[in-house]
Amino acid sequence: MKYQSPFEIIGPIMVGPSSSHTAGAVRIGNIAHQLLTEEPVHVRFSLMGSFAETYEGHGTDLALLAGVLGLSTDDERIPTAKQLAQHHGLEYEFTRKKLGSYHPNTVLVELKGNRKEVKILASSVGGGKVEVQELDDYPLKFSAEIPTLVINHRDQQGFLANLSFILNEHGYNIARLALERFKKNGPAITVCEIDNIVEPSLLPLLRNEIPLIEEIRKIQTE
Amino acid sequence: MAFTSLKELIELAEKEKSTISDLTIAAEAERSGDSESEILSKMAKQLDVMEDAVRKGTESPVMSRTGLTGGDGNRIYQYAQNGKSFIQPETLNVMANALAVSEVNAAMGRIVATPTAGSAGILPAVLVHALDSGRFTKEEIVRSMFTASALGLVIANRASISGAAGGCQAEVGSATAMAAGTLVELAGGTPEQVGNAVGIALKNSLGLVCDPVAGLVEIPCIIRNGLHAITAQAAADMALAGVNSVIPPDEVIHVMHEVGQQMPESLRETGRGGLAGTPTGKRLREQVFNRN
Repeated sequence: MKYQSPFEIIGPIMVGPSSSHTAGAVRIGNIAHQLLTEEPVHVRFSLMGSFAETYEGHGTDLALLAGVLGLSTDDERIPTAKQLAQHHGLEYEFTRKKLGSYHPNTVLVELKGNRKEVKILASSVGGGKVEVQELDDYPLKFSAEIPTLVINHRDQQGFLANLSFILNEHGYNIARLALERFKKNGPAITVCEIDNIVEPSLLPLLRNEIPLIEEIRKIQTE
Repeated sequence: MAFTSLKELIELAEKEKSTISDLTIAAEAERSGDSESEILSKMAKQLDVMEDAVRKGTESPVMSRTGLTGGDGNRIYQYAQNGKSFIQPETLNVMANALAVSEVNAAMGRIVATPTAGSAGILPAVLVHALDSGRFTKEEIVRSMFTASALGLVIANRASISGAAGGCQAEVGSATAMAAGTLVELAGGTPEQVGNAVGIALKNSLGLVCDPVAGLVEIPCIIRNGLHAITAQAAADMALAGVNSVIPPDEVIHVMHEVGQQMPESLRETGRGGLAGTPTGKRLREQVFNRN
């Protein structure tokens, strides 16, 4: 069955005017914000399809910008995102781009902080739901609707075995899992969606137990 | 509980001498693992957001971001106060409520998608109107919102609540049917009468196309929300008076889906056909986006 909860019919609480072009766009920006884990100083949004055609009218630009500043879909400051960006010293640019054969509402977000940068290609698939299609050029798909671990590590035999063993030992169920690597024994990213609420202690624990991990982030949109 | 058939829902409510809202609250408690009071307080928060949007757009003019629309919620609210309208001023207020919420949406204000952002004016309009009438407590209204949800779930599962898939009938039509059925339960009508209200309201929306000018949730979405809030109340009164939906509501929902599938793509939220394709519609598109 497609719909089960009363709150899928009455909800979400959101800033208008469009669930796909506004609420979904905030979520995409917010995912990039959570992945960066530091204050953003520069962002470039490359919009395609319907996003590129109508972004000004639907406030998609403000929504994306609000998201990378860490706002959620129901924040009434979304319309003032450009002023907020200025206040936080965040430079931004919007361009239109052909991004290949993705969903019509797709955007490439390139977000930079002082030390790090993150790049996601994501689509707003309807009703405020979003799906990341690529992370840092790796074809990794995730929605961040449930707690999601994004792990940068070195590719080596036993990594996934260790990870799933520790998660299982601590009572976590893996809902969705993907690993992509640059080359054998080279850099890799694993994305792991978890059914349970993730305790803050899990991240340092995984880092200690699995020395191959270079960075681990937990993300989830509201 | 599977929300796939109104007949099933109505029969269950009648058999257990219960209401659709009570059955839905119990089903959500079981599905989510949350307590009944947690679920009710979550819904109460949505009613608060709805009420804020109604007050904002009726008490003062709210203009859309594009400048194409706005101020009509306040305009009708003022006009109703002069007492010289064709329909009762009190009824005009429900229209003002719906216009207000849709205008707040177009102004990037905070709303609740019910079932979508494009049709977000109708249910809040009738609920806040019911609250203002003094006939119902806030608690009763919050409970009744689960009837609205149940009706919307059945429509979403059997047909569609997306304009891109089923035209405006799937958004504004669904919202009107949800609102009509909800009012019937609120007024003490039977579950069968709730079903009749859904059937009556939805029949009156069949064939409504989704043709937004410039692809924006403004023209004609805002006005349709306003007029359909009155339709929802009228359909509720018809059902409460004993008018039957001769075609059963589940069949009306099913045929709405069929009609939606027969609609050409240009009339399903592409911003190309219908009002969007008129000379003025095209001109406004250029004006907003500064190009074709």
